[in-house]
Amino acid sequence: MIWIENLWKNFENKEVLTGLELYIPRGETLVIMGQSGCGKSVLLKMITGLMKPDQGQIWIDGEDITTFTRKALNRTRRKLGMLFQSAALFDSMTVGENVGFMVSQHMKLKKHEIDEIVAEKLRLVQLDDTQHLRPAELSGGMRKRVGLARAIACNPEVILYDEPTTGLDPITALEINRLIRDLHEKLQVTSVVVTHDMDSAFSVGTRMAMIHQGQVIAHGTPDEIWKIDNPVLQQFIAHENHHQN
Amino acid sequence: MLVWETWSLAFRRPFQLRLLVHQLFLIGVNSISVVLISGLFTGMVLATQGYHQLIQLSAEGTLGKFVTVSVVKELGPMVTAFVLAGRIGASITAELGTMKVTEQIDALEVMATNPVKYLVVPRFLACAIMLPILTLFAIVFGIAGGYLAAIILFDMNGLFFLKLAQANLFINSIVISLVKASSFGMAIASIGCYKGFTISSAGGAEGVGKSTTGSAVTSLVTILALDAFLNQMLHVVFGVQ
Repeated sequence: MIWIENLWKNFENKEVLTGLELYIPRGETLVIMGQSGCGKSVLLKMITGLMKPDQGQIWIDGEDITTFTRKALNRTRRKLGMLFQSAALFDSMTVGENVGFMVSQHMKLKKHEIDEIVAEKLRLVQLDDTQHLRPAELSGGMRKRVGLARAIACNPEVILYDEPTTGLDPITALEINRLIRDLHEKLQVTSVVVTHDMDSAFSVGTRMAMIHQGQVIAHGTPDEIWKIDNPVLQQFIAHENHHQN
Repeated sequence: MLVWETWSLAFRRPFQLRLLVHQLFLIGVNSISVVLISGLFTGMVLATQGYHQLIQLSAEGTLGKFVTVSVVKELGPMVTAFVLAGRIGASITAELGTMKVTEQIDALEVMATNPVKYLVVPRFLACAIMLPILTLFAIVFGIAGGYLAAIILFDMNGLFFLKLAQANLFINSIVISLVKASSFGMAIASIGCYKGFTISSAGGAEGVGKSTTGSAVTSLVTILALDAFLNQMLHVVFGVQ
């Protein structure tokens, strides 16, 4: 599905990614872990084409998107949905307009058909009848759920999550984790979750990868990750678990 | 680059007519009262200052011509552009800058929507269309302000003032004025959008504040420079002195 090959990225002489290699199979939920500033969010931005790598390729469904023009990139982006860390809801629009934005922009549907899709997606994230609300009227957890409803509005093949539980209380974080699992089961999508919340990582991931010094140092199922004898990985998991407890 | 991309996308489908109408409303309807008041007082000040200068040359009778020519050729478009640079240019930068730092522009991109097409083109076209319309209002109210000052403060013959004003209203001068106003509108929108788009995501609220101030200042200087350039160029093209 997504294959990342020899990816390099440099910011003002600081090497963030140094030949990163990663394969994300179709239908899996891959959790990408790593310390702050290790390049997790940069990687997501590159998968969505928001940022170009200095070197390397990103293959999505057999096409290298790093060579794409904006038009070709937009064609690929229609297969993607992304939940931003801050949810990035359009604050000049209502919840309904936010969720229906991509549908209204790219699908020639009548208003009542768009309204039906919006209601269905909001139902999936358990936010029925909130179409008329403004983002400013929502709590942090509700904003994330609206962001998620917006991300799945056009039935994407891949959903990207940037720190989905950061800034949320433990109960709301659990709800978001459950929602990610539910969506994965119901929609049969490929998911990429960037997080340093270990509860979330082990709760939603079917595969996990740890980035350190610009490279993937460990990759496998959650059970395999526990068993990998890598001091950096084990220290990270132990430290994050301790921090959360 | 941004201006070039804006031009190339402005005439490409899909046309965002709903967004354009919304921006026309925001820029035009919401600015009209400020433009009218500014135009009225500019005309009054011009008449007051002009009268004291002209009377020294025993030419106070030509005040109607003085006010009309000044308002039509310079002050109408300039005052309108200055008002909108402070009001609209700064607000465009603040709005787009906030969208940038809160990842809303990234969200647009990820949703396969070109932010330039969706955000810049409607604002650019609305400014290019509304500036000339608002300038016409500023001209009318500028002349009206001069007229009021002439008859109230200097007890002049109002009919004579208006006849002189009418005799000095040339279509070429009005066209030049409107072309200048449209150019100022494009400059205000381009600078406002550019400043908003180029805010660093790490800049936060402080970055938005700085860029908003920078947008207003850059727009004002650009309007003055553009005015000097367009005055020369358009007078050559239209042959009006």
